Amino acid sequence: MCLAVPGRVLEIEERDATRMAKVDFGGVVKDVCLEYVPDMRVGDYAIVHVGFALQRLDEESAKQTLELFENLGVLEEEFGDAWGKAARDAGAERPSGTGLPPTDGVEKEARP
Amino acid sequence: MKYLDEFSDPVLAKRLFDDIRAITTRPWALMEVCGGQTHSIIRHGIDQLLPEEIELIHGPGCPVCVTPLEIIDKALEIASRPDVIFCSFGDMLRVPGSGRDLFKVKSEGADVRVVYSPLDALKIAQENPDRQVVFFGIGFETTAPPNAMTVYQAKKLGISNFSLLVSHVRVPPAIDAIMRSPDCRVQGFLAAGHVCTVMGMAEYPELAEEHGVPIVVTGFEPLDILEGIRRAVRQLEAGEHTVENAYPRAVQAEGSPAAKAMLADVFEVTDRAWRGIGMIPASGWRLSPKYRAYDAEHRFSVTGIDTQESTVCRSGEVLQGFIKPNECAAFGKECTPRNPLGATMVSSEGACAAYYLYRRLETPDKEASSVG
Ligand code: SF4
Repeated sequence: MCLAVPGRVLEIEERDATRMAKVDFGGVVKDVCLEYVPDMRVGDYAIVHVGFALQRLDEESAKQTLELFENLGVLEEEFGDAWGKAARDAGAERPSGTGLPPTDGVEKEARP
Repeated sequence: MKYLDEFSDPVLAKRLFDDIRAITTRPWALMEVCGGQTHSIIRHGIDQLLPEEIELIHGPGCPVCVTPLEIIDKALEIASRPDVIFCSFGDMLRVPGSGRDLFKVKSEGADVRVVYSPLDALKIAQENPDRQVVFFGIGFETTAPPNAMTVYQAKKLGISNFSLLVSHVRVPPAIDAIMRSPDCRVQGFLAAGHVCTVMGMAEYPELAEEHGVPIVVTGFEPLDILEGIRRAVRQLEAGEHTVENAYPRAVQAEGSPAAKAMLADVFEVTDRAWRGIGMIPASGWRLSPKYRAYDAEHRFSVTGIDTQESTVCRSGEVLQGFIKPNECAAFGKECTPRNPLGATMVSSEGACAAYYLYRRLETPDKEASSVG
């Protein structure tokens, strides 16, 4: 939870008077709030923490970090199935009614 | 044993290791503050590849680990209420309270949901106006601005069935507390990069001056950590103690003014207990009076909680760098990720979990190394 993951801004929109974006994290797309880095544009990379862009990042470092995170399993931890992981760790059944959180931005895209 | 080819740029890594070796003439003890850095150090064996004189001491920088037991127990009690939807980040699910955890409470039928962002919890509140939606707001300065913005939004949009169970902590007072401990061996700090992305570096010069320690703002990728170590050792060898930024691609001196402004509006500084460590003055945030209505502790008046900490767990000593995880007698025996006695064995940023994942097979204890 504590690490911030770099992602690329795909589209930007105003929602409830808040600047929001769809951001691509190596194939996982999430809704991200841009209020703390308001000058982000489509195509820019940002360091994103729990759904908030915190700082702009250059493309090369963003890609390097994403690759490292993929290898470390950080992306899985950040965007994957937390109940499944907790159940595995506990050696228990996955509790019922724990589908992915009802966010509309969650979709795993096939990487070209 | 780990090898250089595990680094993203082995040539650069070798050069940094060689540089560090060349400038090191005496023993030095550095503390990496951030749990992500600890994880990276253990995973890549950086501590084992460094010159023997340099010791890395693991710091308290894991929010999951330092969230006080009392708050975990309050979370469990609130989550158990039938009218509540309790939202949390996934890494809190298995943090032990006094006897149970969120995973267990969920298995018993409570409506506990894992969200990616606090804004997801706010959305759940909008969609469930007849339920109370509580978000578990833990974390350091990196996580506090998202949670602050969420409370600000709740107020702006008039969403009254949302509240925050807040237990935010601040890094600089923890550094100060560590340096004030009579047992402290730390001579320099690798400060947590993403905390500084938000807060900037203004809080550090005074600490560096007062305690005579170099503080190097450091990222958590292996090469970032090596660069942080190199700069801290260079300062120590030269008898200097200043603040340096070794993570400029993510950290600017002033941090994020917009995030700091939001923090100042929504939160106010308060004393906070750290799990395993105890009370550290001015080391936390709580909701400011303007936003008190969104405070879950007030809304659900959870009081009179009888906490029961494990009598075996030494995570407080681990978090302050007094012992290494595998020096705890329970490590890998009574205490494993499947049956964690302390939060430091649960969180992926916890030092005990990092040692269990990557160092267990290297501990001489046969029983420990045959587990799993
Ligand atoms: S190994 Fe387990 S019991 Fe020992 S300090 Fe770590 S979390 Fe606590």
